[in-house]
Amino acid sequence: MSGTPSTDPRAAAPGATPPPPKRRGTELALLGFALFITLVAQAIVDLTITGSLRPDMLTFGGWITALWVVAHLVVRKFAPYADPLLLPAVALLVGLGLAVIHRLDLAAEQVDSTVTREDAPVQLMWATVGVLLFVAVLVVLRDHRLLSRFAYTLALIGLVLLALPAVLPSSISEVNGAKIWIRLAGFSIQPGEFAKICLIVFFAAYLVDKRDVLALASRRVAGIELPRGRDLGPVLVAWALSILVLVFERDLGSSLLLFGIFVVMLYVATERASWLLIGLGLFAGGALLAYQIFGHVQARVDTWLDPFAYRDGAGYQLVQSLFGLGTGGLFGAGLGGGRPDQVPVAKSDFIAAAIGEELGLFGLVAVIIVYLVLVERGLRTSLIVRDAFGKLLAAGLSFALAWQVFVVLGGVTGLLPLTGLTTPFLAYGGSSLVANFALVAILVRISDAARRPAPPVTPPRTALGDAPTEVVQS
Amino acid sequence: MNAPLRRVAISVLVLFTLLIVNVNYIQVVRSDELRNDPSNTRVLAEEYDRERGSIVVDGTEVALSVPTDGRLTYLRQYPQGPVYAPVTGYYSLVYGNTQLERAENEILAGSDPRLTFRRLADLFTGRDPAGGDVVVTLDPAVQETAMAELEGVTGAVAALDPSTGAVLGLASTPSFDPNQLSSHDPQAIRDYAAELEASEHDPRLNRAIGDNYPPGSVFKVIVAAAALANGYTPDSVIPAPDTLTLPGTSTTLENFGGSSCSSTGEQTLIDALTISCNTAFAQLGIDLGEDRVREMAEAFGMDGEGRQIPLPVAPSSMGDPENDAQLGVSSIGQQDVRMTPLQAAMIAAAVANDGTLMNPYLVDQLRAPDLSVLDQTDPEELSEPVSPEVAEQLTEMMTSVVANGSGRAARIPGVEVAGKTGTAQVAEGVPDHNWFIGFAPADDPQIAVAVFVANGGGTGGDTSAPIAREVMRAYLEGQGG
Repeated sequence: MSGTPSTDPRAAAPGATPPPPKRRGTELALLGFALFITLVAQAIVDLTITGSLRPDMLTFGGWITALWVVAHLVVRKFAPYADPLLLPAVALLVGLGLAVIHRLDLAAEQVDSTVTREDAPVQLMWATVGVLLFVAVLVVLRDHRLLSRFAYTLALIGLVLLALPAVLPSSISEVNGAKIWIRLAGFSIQPGEFAKICLIVFFAAYLVDKRDVLALASRRVAGIELPRGRDLGPVLVAWALSILVLVFERDLGSSLLLFGIFVVMLYVATERASWLLIGLGLFAGGALLAYQIFGHVQARVDTWLDPFAYRDGAGYQLVQSLFGLGTGGLFGAGLGGGRPDQVPVAKSDFIAAAIGEELGLFGLVAVIIVYLVLVERGLRTSLIVRDAFGKLLAAGLSFALAWQVFVVLGGVTGLLPLTGLTTPFLAYGGSSLVANFALVAILVRISDAARRPAPPVTPPRTALGDAPTEVVQS
Repeated sequence: MNAPLRRVAISVLVLFTLLIVNVNYIQVVRSDELRNDPSNTRVLAEEYDRERGSIVVDGTEVALSVPTDGRLTYLRQYPQGPVYAPVTGYYSLVYGNTQLERAENEILAGSDPRLTFRRLADLFTGRDPAGGDVVVTLDPAVQETAMAELEGVTGAVAALDPSTGAVLGLASTPSFDPNQLSSHDPQAIRDYAAELEASEHDPRLNRAIGDNYPPGSVFKVIVAAAALANGYTPDSVIPAPDTLTLPGTSTTLENFGGSSCSSTGEQTLIDALTISCNTAFAQLGIDLGEDRVREMAEAFGMDGEGRQIPLPVAPSSMGDPENDAQLGVSSIGQQDVRMTPLQAAMIAAAVANDGTLMNPYLVDQLRAPDLSVLDQTDPEELSEPVSPEVAEQLTEMMTSVVANGSGRAARIPGVEVAGKTGTAQVAEGVPDHNWFIGFAPADDPQIAVAVFVANGGGTGGDTSAPIAREVMRAYLEGQGG
């Protein structure tokens, strides 16, 4: 997959393989498109709701353009072979999210003119922080394999971040029933978003290490290859961790996310479907148990099964979301034309409902497809990258993104029970935005390694033992 | 590791496809259902963003929208609440809208095509599109007097301008406060609605048009008209026995309270109407035959079909008497004869208007927000049930009812009033309905009125006639007559 051999006679010098195209131009053009959509969406929102462009539109335009130009230049310099679709997909989602958040700001001001708090500028600041982190990751982390050295440190950090809200007093960690926050000095951080990445790095490093044992040692029980009892340890630990998150943080979403990621990475590492079955079994058991024991899980499920029965209570948000989506129909009410502010917390958890209402089915499906592109490019990176750690890491990160989008959008559209997860890149919320920028930065880094031609001229003799046998040029 | 990776990639594709399929299901298949769900306030909120037009009576707004600071931009207000509630109806977040708020919703909401051209202009001029006004024909003195006079009873008044068909009054009690159903607080609305539902007689029903009732002797005017149109005169002598054995049965029919109509067992048609003799009219109806009576009833508007004024009016009809016995009972307004108070007023109006029945209408004008007239209702003839000569004879007879007979309580000093009382039996042990129809002045009719008091327990003469008198007097004084 590393670039098709060129048919250009000028490059067909005997004995030399032409370098694969870097495709940075493609990335730049797609970024331009994302910027265009971003700015047009902002303009439509302003013109529809207030009738005129806001005075700081130019500043905004300049700022967001600068963000993507900087990100692009850094990719060009530090990850020249990176997948050209990752960054533009992110830019499009962030830009659309900013427009919808701005639109909801204006709705709040319309309802109550004394409200002056605007979330869109805050989100832009967080996007800036995110891009800075993106740049820092690419500049500092020249080789993704370095991460595996810090696997156990990252695991520890991840666990601490994950556990922190649970041990902190509810006054600074609990919002709307979920204990997943750290609120200090006016800032709210969801450490779980960062814990997710740390743990994926650890899972990747750990599974690369142990995959042979987990893959090979087995017993046959009733026709299926089952792992030995003692090898069940890791999956049981991950399961227990998820249950703990569910119990102590009352966070169904993160619990589901963590366990799902781990089981899928385990499957990819060992190539054994039996792990999926075991995972599914454990999940089913845990879910059943949680449903029996915890009132809030029960309430979530009941509300999901028949939201209209609880339309004035627990189901209000979901019902309003469905109303918004239904009212939006095929084409939507147009940005600024609907009533997405009728859905409580539309900016964060339910931003997809706002998009569905105002941009219609076409808009919402387009967003889902942009996510799909992002995820599939990540998985493609995982397919073509040469080292096992990179493969697992890219797979874990991509799947984490996919799983999160599926669980959130499924919740907002009534396909799954509601969880407290955020919609990556779109939704209002600093932690999620910044953490996902870091996630994509790592993917970009791995994709650069994946598409970069193996250094042909000066093969490092010292690394021979480490190198795959097909290093010989064809 | 690539084989499981490919499988993961395909699974992700499947998951996302599931999402897309589900979104299609919600935004396409269930779209209409979700959009029109009564708890979906989106469409309604859009409506509340526009200034809804007013309902205007004689230059005064009886329903109007005022801006608020709340979530919904405009609040519907009814300054005189219950007085005009039977006509305006309400405009409710929870229960939708009724009466004129419903019948003229397109004009009021601004969605009527006649307003579209102006609304396009609104788009360019940046003005908020506003709804048009509905100017109704009601006379404030008639409506207010009628509502005041009905205070404490369950009943209705319908009043018409006989020469045009314009509805001057459409009162119904018990009434309700439409403000409380049109607020922006769903809980308060539900509470008030529960309170209304708990009351024995639904206050939200406009009894003048929304339901029909046995009219009793009011129907004798139609039998009399049929007789006059078929060769009788007011002075024709007809049988008026103390009791009448209904043909083919052993059932006997008596006069009101078992009284005697005439010592000779017969009397003139005018005398029979004046004292409202049951046996005389039952026999007269039987003698005329069902066809003649039915033809006359239908010509007066009792055709079994509802009408729109534009409020929906319940149908009135004489029913389907199966034999002469039932025809006899029908001829005194019992059996299956049913009419709305508006229909009763139409009978009086047709007699008053030289035998020509005008089509009743409630909406005089529809106006655009800039007060230009979009539509002006022109009076139109509905039918000509009797000739001017017969109308004159009927007037003479009905004048006698008020001057000498059962309707004396409707007399107005200095004004000649024509009328007819009705006391309809409802069921064993249930108080009778009390009716009065009439018009004044008899020689130059300005107003025709029907008063209906449900289960009033008295007679049409003592319960309803005084109400009619006050309503007619209020109107005539207001007209300078």
